[in-house]
Amino acid sequence: MTARIPGRAAWAEHGFWSAHRYLILRRLSQLGVLALFLAGPLLGVWIVKGTLAASLTLEVMPLTDPFVVAQTLVARHWPEMTTFTGLGIVVAFYLVFGGRSYCAWVCPINPVTDLAAWLRRRLGVEKGWAMRRETRWLVALAVLTAAAATGTVAFELINPITLLYRAALFGTFAGLVVVVAVFAFDLVVARDGWCGHLCPVGTAYGLIGKATLLRVSARGRERCDDCLDCFAVCPEPHVIAPALRARAGGGPVIMSGDCTVCGRCIDVCPERVFGLAHRFDTRVDAAAPSPARPAAGQSEPAALEKA
Amino acid sequence: MSEQTRRDTMKLAAVAATAAAAGVTLPETAEAQVTRPDGIRWDKGVCRFCGTGCGVLVGVKGGKVVATQGDPDAPVNRGLNCIKGYFLSKIMYGEDRLTRPLLRMKNGKFDKTGDFTPITWSQAFEIMAEKWKAALKKSGPSAVGMFGSGQWTIWEGYAAAKLYKAGFRSNNLDPNARHCMASAVAGFMRTFGIDEPMGCYDDVEHADAFVLWGANMAEMHPILWSRLTDRRLTHEGCEVHVLSTFEHRSFELADNGMIFVPQTDLAILNYIANYIIQNGAVNEDFVKKHVAFAHTVEDIGYGLRPTHPLEVAAKNASHKAGQGGALDPAGMRDITFDQYKEQVAKYTLDYTAKLSGVEPEKLLRMAKLYADPKKKIVSYWTMGFNQHARGTWVNNLAYNIHLLTGKISEPGNGPFSLTGQPSACGTAREVGTFAHRLPADLVVTNPQHRAFSEKIWQLPEGTLPGNIGYHAVVQHRMLKDGKLNAYWVQCTNNMQTAPNMNGEGLPGYRNPDNFIVVSDPYPTVTAMAADLILPTAMWMEKEGAYGNAERRSQFWRQQVKPPGEARSDLWQVVEFSKYFKVEEVWPEELIAKKPEVRGKTLYDVLYANGAVNKFPLAELQQDFDNDESNAFGFYLQKGLFEEYAAFGRGHGHDLGPFELYHKARGLRWPVVDGKETLWRFREGYDPYVKAGEGVKFYGKPDGRARIIFCPYEPAAESPDKDYDMWLCTGRVLEHWHSGSMTRRVPELHRSYPTAQLFMHPDDAQQRGLRRGQSVKVITRRGEVLTRVETRGRNKMPVGLVFIPFFDEAQLVNKLTLDATCPISKETDFKKAACKVVPI
Amino acid sequence: MATETDKKAPTRRRFVQGTLRTAVGAGACGLGLALFSAQSRSLPADALRPPGALPEDKFLSACVRCGLCVRACPYDTLKLADLAAGAAGGTPYFRARKIPCEMCDDIPCVKACPTGALDKGLTDISLSRMGVAVIVSRDTCLNLQGLRCDVCYRVCPAIDKAITLDQTHNRRTGKHAVFEPVVHPDACTGCGKCEKSCVLTEAAIKVLPVALAVGHQDVHYRRGWEEKSKAGRELVPGIIDLPDRLPELKP
Repeated sequence: MTARIPGRAAWAEHGFWSAHRYLILRRLSQLGVLALFLAGPLLGVWIVKGTLAASLTLEVMPLTDPFVVAQTLVARHWPEMTTFTGLGIVVAFYLVFGGRSYCAWVCPINPVTDLAAWLRRRLGVEKGWAMRRETRWLVALAVLTAAAATGTVAFELINPITLLYRAALFGTFAGLVVVVAVFAFDLVVARDGWCGHLCPVGTAYGLIGKATLLRVSARGRERCDDCLDCFAVCPEPHVIAPALRARAGGGPVIMSGDCTVCGRCIDVCPERVFGLAHRFDTRVDAAAPSPARPAAGQSEPAALEKA
Repeated sequence: MSEQTRRDTMKLAAVAATAAAAGVTLPETAEAQVTRPDGIRWDKGVCRFCGTGCGVLVGVKGGKVVATQGDPDAPVNRGLNCIKGYFLSKIMYGEDRLTRPLLRMKNGKFDKTGDFTPITWSQAFEIMAEKWKAALKKSGPSAVGMFGSGQWTIWEGYAAAKLYKAGFRSNNLDPNARHCMASAVAGFMRTFGIDEPMGCYDDVEHADAFVLWGANMAEMHPILWSRLTDRRLTHEGCEVHVLSTFEHRSFELADNGMIFVPQTDLAILNYIANYIIQNGAVNEDFVKKHVAFAHTVEDIGYGLRPTHPLEVAAKNASHKAGQGGALDPAGMRDITFDQYKEQVAKYTLDYTAKLSGVEPEKLLRMAKLYADPKKKIVSYWTMGFNQHARGTWVNNLAYNIHLLTGKISEPGNGPFSLTGQPSACGTAREVGTFAHRLPADLVVTNPQHRAFSEKIWQLPEGTLPGNIGYHAVVQHRMLKDGKLNAYWVQCTNNMQTAPNMNGEGLPGYRNPDNFIVVSDPYPTVTAMAADLILPTAMWMEKEGAYGNAERRSQFWRQQVKPPGEARSDLWQVVEFSKYFKVEEVWPEELIAKKPEVRGKTLYDVLYANGAVNKFPLAELQQDFDNDESNAFGFYLQKGLFEEYAAFGRGHGHDLGPFELYHKARGLRWPVVDGKETLWRFREGYDPYVKAGEGVKFYGKPDGRARIIFCPYEPAAESPDKDYDMWLCTGRVLEHWHSGSMTRRVPELHRSYPTAQLFMHPDDAQQRGLRRGQSVKVITRRGEVLTRVETRGRNKMPVGLVFIPFFDEAQLVNKLTLDATCPISKETDFKKAACKVVPI
Repeated sequence: MATETDKKAPTRRRFVQGTLRTAVGAGACGLGLALFSAQSRSLPADALRPPGALPEDKFLSACVRCGLCVRACPYDTLKLADLAAGAAGGTPYFRARKIPCEMCDDIPCVKACPTGALDKGLTDISLSRMGVAVIVSRDTCLNLQGLRCDVCYRVCPAIDKAITLDQTHNRRTGKHAVFEPVVHPDACTGCGKCEKSCVLTEAAIKVLPVALAVGHQDVHYRRGWEEKSKAGRELVPGIIDLPDRLPELKP
């Protein structure tokens, strides 16, 4: 079977940069954040101290991870003001810039699971275990229950995000076992299993994402030729259809908190259907299908749509 | 009982039976030498560190010292050791032991700016001899010099003294003891006319009270302190008084702890004398019979360079003596008791308390103690007294108190000057390694003493020079000035420990006119500043003898071979003498007086002289190495010892026969009629005091000790607005002196890795300093980077900081002032003005 | 209709089953995590918390394992626990034998903590209780054999308060004292300088967590002499003592 490689069409039509822009920017962002943390221990230039759980930037700005705060609270510790200040800044930021955009632009596990997903596509691994979407809520609930029951910030024991950061910044490399486990899980057990279905940190950001301002809009949906490249690359493909297919007269903006604003759909769409927008932007481009491009990959739209 | 053990026991029994049959009493040590079932051979030794002189047993296996133990029967320590002594077995095995002579070379030739390059011993001695001969030819005997040590073995010091004083005819030989207890020596000589304490450590078990004057025995003499503590614990009413310029560990035991302003100990001592007189506590009978009074020469300067403003201003500065009415700073004039009484009358309680900053009630308590005829008191001191710009005076003043009350020379009563080095007494003092001395308290300035020495040494009359040589501090000045050009340092790390390092020491060593040789087991700061490094055998790698502070001489045999080509200081000195023909060092008229020396080497004249080489190798102990004797073909140590002992036998310095010391756990001299002497100057205890004399201070021709009035005079440098704090330097228990041995023991290094600046929290706060913060200590001579410590073992008063000198990464002697007591020439390492600033 | 219901029933059942399965799975995950984290609560005896750390229970609920305290430590004393380090993964700790706490006056680690896991109420480092030093081996402690080591005593930043030397007569030598190091838990901060500098291959003095090192004085029994000195008088006043009848001394 020669599978269609998502994004190749966009690359052919619009050039490499245009077809990989957001992917590259995201990788730069993820690395950049890590670099800001690493500059201290490696170069002695202390810009950001701490980890993604809690940090201090330029000795003044605290940042705190929302799910960490949630655990602390259920573990019955009322943290200091610094914690809440850091939480406030984080929540405010993601209320503007996309909620789970944390997952796509900051989280160091994203490249790990992206790699697993890419390998899956390349190796043609079966879709595997299809977890239910509400799993992530149940997992978050279970984790918080564990934190409450044990009175500890329990998830930080196995949180691959901070384990990876601590490994890089503090040399506690044993924690990387969990990162490898997540990779293996995504590669072998379930596609987008960790980020899309289990990770409670992402779930917390998804909650913010429900009300966030920055969104992806399928404003060019009239041009859509159903190539399904966007569905193929999207880590949360279920978020696309309501905006793209305009069912029930819905607007073009992807409103689901699950959307990570990764922008990969923007990259791979040969028809330039997608773009960044704010959540109240209801504009839709007039139908003007590109004449230069032959229709392609229309063979199994229904099957993919179901995914 | 295992087979092995049983066999050994039988062997031992057989040896004992044979010995008994032959009518020989087998000395205990002979048994100790027998190898045990675990393959370790144990033999008697002595600790390498301080002047306490703890006896140890040294365990050797496979040519290596694998273990040590405190000798459970040693009278000083009864099997105990301090933490340095605990690690004795490791001091010889630092990773960077030097094993080959190293010469600074460029393009295969000596070059003062070259890199250290391995050479052979004969190459080393050849270049040394070339440089020595050139210096002698150019400027005469004053251009060659040597700096030795109170850690030299007795024969090493003696051989070196002979080589310099008789061979090179130069008195430019001085030991590091100059930095250590020269003031005690001068004090003894002025008051008693004979050196070294009259009492011994047994005083501890007899005293009712102890007063520590500038001695932190808790850290610096740990095992002796343990005895003192036990006395305090077990003897009802025993009290301990401690005086210092800051609160150190000995204050822990103090019933009366006193912090005084630096230099005011002079006033406190006079106050006590005044109190004793004013309150009728003078032991009049004793004073009438055994004491005379004197008044010291005043305004004597500070031993700095003659151009220094303080020396210019001082009426009787050393360099002015005899000119324009200036007096010898060491001089004194006779006075009466009443005149003495009048002089000390000024030192009232009020005046003294105000000047010294000590609470009056504390001073009074101490004065009452000294005045109480029922209390037996021992006064102890070390560097607080000796390293003092008036070091000789404070020694004299302490004797004054004991002489006024007659509390001296009897069990539990007496002044006791402690020593910091294992053989400060045994070597530096007794064998005459000072620039002004000959063996057994003889001095170079006395023609009779020289003649006596020349007789024993079989030298033509007039061989020994009568001028006092360069002492330690002057040696560095003369090196810098290019007047001392060939210089040999043995067994001490003087670049790190001498004052004003950047001002005098280092420029002196690196002066292109000079050739500097350093004998050292390790690449110390001093070795690295030299032109030629000679690798030295240490401690158990040679047969040795030390003399501790209570006049106890202790011997040990060579237990192991030194590493590589390392050789003992003794071998180096004696071997070097072979490179000089008499004609090259002695003038023709001197040779003419003893023509048979013509064509001979200094080795022939000084060591193969019929006396030193008298004892054959057959007398060596079987199964033990003796590298030096085997190298020269005779029992070198015994020959040197017996020749040296001739100086003191019959003159109050009697040493026993050589063999006796290998059998005994040390003997306290004078050893007369097979007995040790515990208390000198008192009938019944001292063989030199005749029946009916009671007490006799026979060091003085009139048999009377001197009570010498010395006034309070200020320190050479005191805090002012630019340098606002007192700087005091010193030691810590964990490290010994410059740390060249103890810092190479990993455990000791871990226990005290780096020096710190001890400071009062208020002083730190006032300067915006936090504990642990990096700071610069700055004096007029230099600066040192260190960290602030406001807690811990030393509690500083406001205005005074203390920094230990063991850490070669913090060379605190860049800071110190090279001011000395003008009489003893000992540096005052305890008082300088400094400031402390954050980095 | 019946057929329609029959058709739909499996779907609903499947849904319910699936949800149930997911819930059970999530629950199992949560249980596993809870067990793991409960197991990680026990701190190894040689791992000490930074100054101002809340009691271990509270600490684990408050520490978010961000490492800011580690970054603030100027002496490289604090480390973050690795997954297998024994201490709860990612939490800060130090081992006295490796690098002890240098007891900075300004306590920068406490200042750096964003959550209060290190209590900002601690402003005087002398009051911190990271642990308590204990002489764990009287047989090997050199001072207890009469030697003069007392390195632990002299390195103690609270010398003469946290560690004192208890002096007794050395009966073996007859003329020396034994200087026994005695730790006073009320003044010991647990900084670990003593353990670090113990010269023995295996330290004879170790700093243990307070809970392990210190016994608890029960309230049902009071030390009479202490109560009396606290009160400054007899607790029960007015008790009398009659004179003893003794043979009269004849002049």
